[in-house]
Amino acid sequence: MKIVATDRNGVEQIVEGRDGWSVMEILRDAGLPIAAECGGACACATCHVYVTGDWLEKLPPKSDAETDMLDMALAVEPNSRLSCQITCKPELDGITVTVAPE
Amino acid sequence: MSTIETDVAIIGAGPIGLFAVFELGLLDLKAHLVDILDRPGGQCTELYPEKPIYDIPGLPIVTGQELTEKLLEQIKPFNPAFHFNQMASGLEKLPDGRWKLTTDADEEIVAPVVVIAAGGGSFVPKRPPIAGIDAYEGKSVHYAVRKMEAFRGKNILIAGGGDSALDWTINLAPIANKLTLVHHRDGFRAAQHSVNQMRELAAHGKINFEIASVKALHGADGQLSAVTLSNAEKKEWEHACDTFIPFFGLTMKLGPIAEFGLNLTENLIAVDTAKFQSTTPGIFAIGDINTYPGKLKLILSGFHEAALMAQEAFHICKPNEKLRFQYTTSSSNLQKKLGVA
Repeated sequence: MKIVATDRNGVEQIVEGRDGWSVMEILRDAGLPIAAECGGACACATCHVYVTGDWLEKLPPKSDAETDMLDMALAVEPNSRLSCQITCKPELDGITVTVAPE
Repeated sequence: MSTIETDVAIIGAGPIGLFAVFELGLLDLKAHLVDILDRPGGQCTELYPEKPIYDIPGLPIVTGQELTEKLLEQIKPFNPAFHFNQMASGLEKLPDGRWKLTTDADEEIVAPVVVIAAGGGSFVPKRPPIAGIDAYEGKSVHYAVRKMEAFRGKNILIAGGGDSALDWTINLAPIANKLTLVHHRDGFRAAQHSVNQMRELAAHGKINFEIASVKALHGADGQLSAVTLSNAEKKEWEHACDTFIPFFGLTMKLGPIAEFGLNLTENLIAVDTAKFQSTTPGIFAIGDINTYPGKLKLILSGFHEAALMAQEAFHICKPNEKLRFQYTTSSSNLQKKLGVA
């Protein structure tokens, strides 16, 4: 599966996802500016992305923990998600995300 | 200004800084620790106090908080000195070869060895990505409430949905001229009793609560006069206020360490893998802040790094003494230091 990721400068790149990995891990390892300070424990909100296009509705809904942790994110929008909580799977091939401002 | 002389100054009181106290203590080296947070534990207590950690050798499951408490118990015999709520702000080599570490609270620690165990850097408040916010910081935009009196009679806007946002909404409401809490949703991460209290204040007109986000700041010379709020329903509108206090938690920034003249690679300190010393003799880096071929950012790696660092720290601090390698299981000398013999 592929992830279409846009960085904070509006530069788009396509990165190869891996089933079962979190989108945060893929973006971080691809060198996108994802701090992921807590390492994927849904405990810091520094992997905040906007899920664009119609991909948001294709994702499983946010857990309470993710909703709560988004309170610590900046510039939260209705399409805000924590990328450590999105798991790569074939159905998400082509998902578009934009790294949120820091 | 106070000056302390010791063997080792440690920057960062996270798990690795704490364990370094143990390894140094076994070699009779005294340590002082500086941390910007108000308590020990670093990321373990700040980011994930309740999250279980499964890869600490010998502890099949332990939370960040428990690990910190166990480390504090382990280092208790060595009586480390903590300097909390302070950022290590300057590092200078003295003519006698020792280092002088300065903090932003004007403390000075003079030691032959400095150990940087600063993890991802200093925890500092998250700054909302609003254009021009830096011009207002310190004057009308604040990230913490240090003296409540400074906020008396103000027209305050607080942003956020965590405990700090709710607690300060409740505490500042009686002394503010007007207080508005703005949050992006009608739900809160904060403790339920604080949320109930805030809703009570709002119901009685003591505060205003807006479901919105702050889009822009307006004012002059660092003095705020209004902000632009926005939500899906009302679009954008101006809200008059003279004080803005955003509470979005903390994030890690390398901070002044970047200015210490060390050899940095992508904000990490390059070290050798025998001593975990930086390219500047006497300055060591252990834990998440360092880098070397094969580095893994794991707590257990930091523990190993602390042990090897301590060996070299001994040679620097006690150049005329011979280091005797001993085991805690068999050495009555070590057991005496630990208070068990």
